[in-house]
Amino acid sequence: MDKPVNLFLCGVGGQGILLASEVISSACMKSGFDVKQSEVHGMAQRGGSVISHIRFGKKVYSPLIEPGAADIVVSFELLEALRYLPYMNKNTKVIVNTQRILPSPVATGMDTYPADVTGQLGQRGLSVFPMDAFAIAKKAGETRAVNMVLVGALSAFLDLEEAVFLEVIAERIPEKIRKVNTEAFLKGKDEIGGILAGG
Amino acid sequence: MKKMGNPGDKVLLSGNEALALGAYEAGVKVASAYPGTPSTEILENLCRYEGVYTEWAPNEKVALEVALGASFAGARALATMKHVGLNVAADPLFTAAYTGVRGGLVIVTADDPEMHSSQNEQDNRNYAYAAKVPMLEPSDASEAKDFLKVAYRISEEFDTPVLLRTTTRVAHVKGIVAAGEMETSSVQPGIVKMPQKFVMLPGHARLRRVELEKRMNRLREYAGTFPANRTEWGDKKTGFITSGVSYLYVKEAFPDASVLKLGMVYPFPDDMIRDFASQVTDLFIVEELDPFIETHVKALGIACKGKELVPAMGELNSHILRKAITGRAEGDLFEPVPVPMRPPNLCAGCPHRGIFHAISRLKVFVAGDIGCYTLAALKPLSSMDSCVCMGASIGTAFGMEKALGKDSLGKIVAVIGDSTFMHSGITGLIDVVYNRGFTTVIILDNSTTGMTGHQPNPSTGVTLGGYAGTGIDIPALCGAIGIKHVVTVNPHDMDNAEKVLRQEIERPEPSVIITQAPCVLLPEMKRRKDKKRYMVIGDNCTGCRSCLKIGCPAIEWAPLTAEEAKKLGYKESQKGHSTINAVMCDGCGQCVTLCKFKAIVGAEK
Repeated sequence: MDKPVNLFLCGVGGQGILLASEVISSACMKSGFDVKQSEVHGMAQRGGSVISHIRFGKKVYSPLIEPGAADIVVSFELLEALRYLPYMNKNTKVIVNTQRILPSPVATGMDTYPADVTGQLGQRGLSVFPMDAFAIAKKAGETRAVNMVLVGALSAFLDLEEAVFLEVIAERIPEKIRKVNTEAFLKGKDEIGGILAGG
Repeated sequence: MKKMGNPGDKVLLSGNEALALGAYEAGVKVASAYPGTPSTEILENLCRYEGVYTEWAPNEKVALEVALGASFAGARALATMKHVGLNVAADPLFTAAYTGVRGGLVIVTADDPEMHSSQNEQDNRNYAYAAKVPMLEPSDASEAKDFLKVAYRISEEFDTPVLLRTTTRVAHVKGIVAAGEMETSSVQPGIVKMPQKFVMLPGHARLRRVELEKRMNRLREYAGTFPANRTEWGDKKTGFITSGVSYLYVKEAFPDASVLKLGMVYPFPDDMIRDFASQVTDLFIVEELDPFIETHVKALGIACKGKELVPAMGELNSHILRKAITGRAEGDLFEPVPVPMRPPNLCAGCPHRGIFHAISRLKVFVAGDIGCYTLAALKPLSSMDSCVCMGASIGTAFGMEKALGKDSLGKIVAVIGDSTFMHSGITGLIDVVYNRGFTTVIILDNSTTGMTGHQPNPSTGVTLGGYAGTGIDIPALCGAIGIKHVVTVNPHDMDNAEKVLRQEIERPEPSVIITQAPCVLLPEMKRRKDKKRYMVIGDNCTGCRSCLKIGCPAIEWAPLTAEEAKKLGYKESQKGHSTINAVMCDGCGQCVTLCKFKAIVGAEK
């Protein structure tokens, strides 16, 4: 594997994208890969759109994914998947949480939420994997574990051992909420397994 | 897939976390900073290591002076700041270049190309040239740690402060870092009197000026042997000279080309540059922002291409670079689809929203400052009219007043946060009193430094080390400066705040209004048990949209068709109604005052 794998995460501030990125990057490192993960702090975080680039492989130079070069996109919020379309190509796999978080122009009635987001992505030939990560997290026992559901879903596409992810979750997540987060991770992974098995 | 070595001795760290580890391994004893993106996490991490004194200083000038003092006492010392912070610390920097050091002294400047979280994108490599101080520039987290340790050795060997420059994509990018050996300085701590070195009277300074030139010559020679200035030979048709994060973009876009990577960006290794240039056919200089390397290479009489191809604004990446150098666009990219923006916004329950709504009713010019509250400039609050640099609100309001005279009474206010006031607002206020102004200054006291991630500051009394003492008493401080009218208001009570504002802006004397209400993101505020929730009684909502004027993210507009309106018992002409998102509502109650139809009421918890 000479070319690095490009994972692009997007969503809204407060959804736990940065912790998710840390878990994924740590799993890559523990699996023996070089890894770089890039995010932005400060003003960009106040309720804005948040993105994180993760690149792993034998050797990684640039911390930033080029337009059109994402191998897998994980969108933590529905419309955010559409915003970052220029990072995708026809072979990109797009995992989309169907949860909607209204942007302020939509919440105040100045703009409208885009219709049929997954359909719009599908029309462009992308492989779209929609899932209600919020409902799955709720089932696992913690609505704030949406991020681990999506890490689980992403892991179904990566050639990394499940045990490594579980080890990282055990290291990074406080004991009190570790069990629900592990559960959320496994349920997210199963969800993709189910979609793939179902065709 | 091939696995590389055994993990365990390696950790995943951001550039800032790696710098903290590097400072610890270098045996740094004193570290001082003012928080600023993208530099803040260096001290937030360093404070967790044993044996290092760390502190938040009121501003970057003080931070550098504290670090310089520690160096005079023979300890290795660190000052960290964002790029604009070095403007504040420039005064001690330029003369510290003359005094030199005892213990190693390193200043980290974290630049922000693209202005992710800054008011400008100045290139601080220019400070190295202007202050005659060497500068190292790492490309990633691993180099950040190594370069910091090297910087201390250079500092002590050459008797000079050393600048280490990162940019956002070094500071905030996580990568693999190997923990290293602990180092100790050979400098003996203690009080040593060296007036000719430390007292920069003109007579002494002239002597040090000569030493400074000699030191720069020695450093120029050293640059030629410095191992982090290295040539990576590849195809000799194309050669790149680059540094910092730009090196990574060059390697990504042109893996086969020859590269001269500068780990030290000032002074330059001239012979190495000449040698490299003579062996490649086409020479390109790749750097973010200013043509700093390019100007020097051209001054050596070497033909090269740089800023005529590579953008001088914003961040680079491998895509931009490939296009700039080869002139070729990539294959078919998906066209962007227009989607609603997600502009950053003040949080639900933010006390700033209340006071800015009250200010917006006055129709005054608002001279603003740097912090979360700068977001009040955006719609729908639209109540900030200028914002330049830390502490500028008071001086600019006062200057406008002096230009316009008595006619400006009641038409201008200055707004500044508590931490920013401590940073550099106090001196502006002294000017107002001393020079007999009538400026109205609003100090937003939310008991924290919000935007950079909730650092304590002198007015909170809590230190970076966690000591909880008595904070600076802002009303008493204003009183001591000579402000006779100091009023404290609750910003959530917008009607009263407006009343006080109207009264104070008409006063032909200086006055200070302090809004006191803690930031809702503070842990004690998040945990509070008596938090209220509000809801909209649908029947009472007339769809007047008054509650939407404050732009609270918890208040949502539900549009209605005529049919839906009729079905719900509204007038057919009603275009929609408001709802309050129960999860987001923080219970500040600001919206209750705005509703003239009593449609917003307390909800069950």
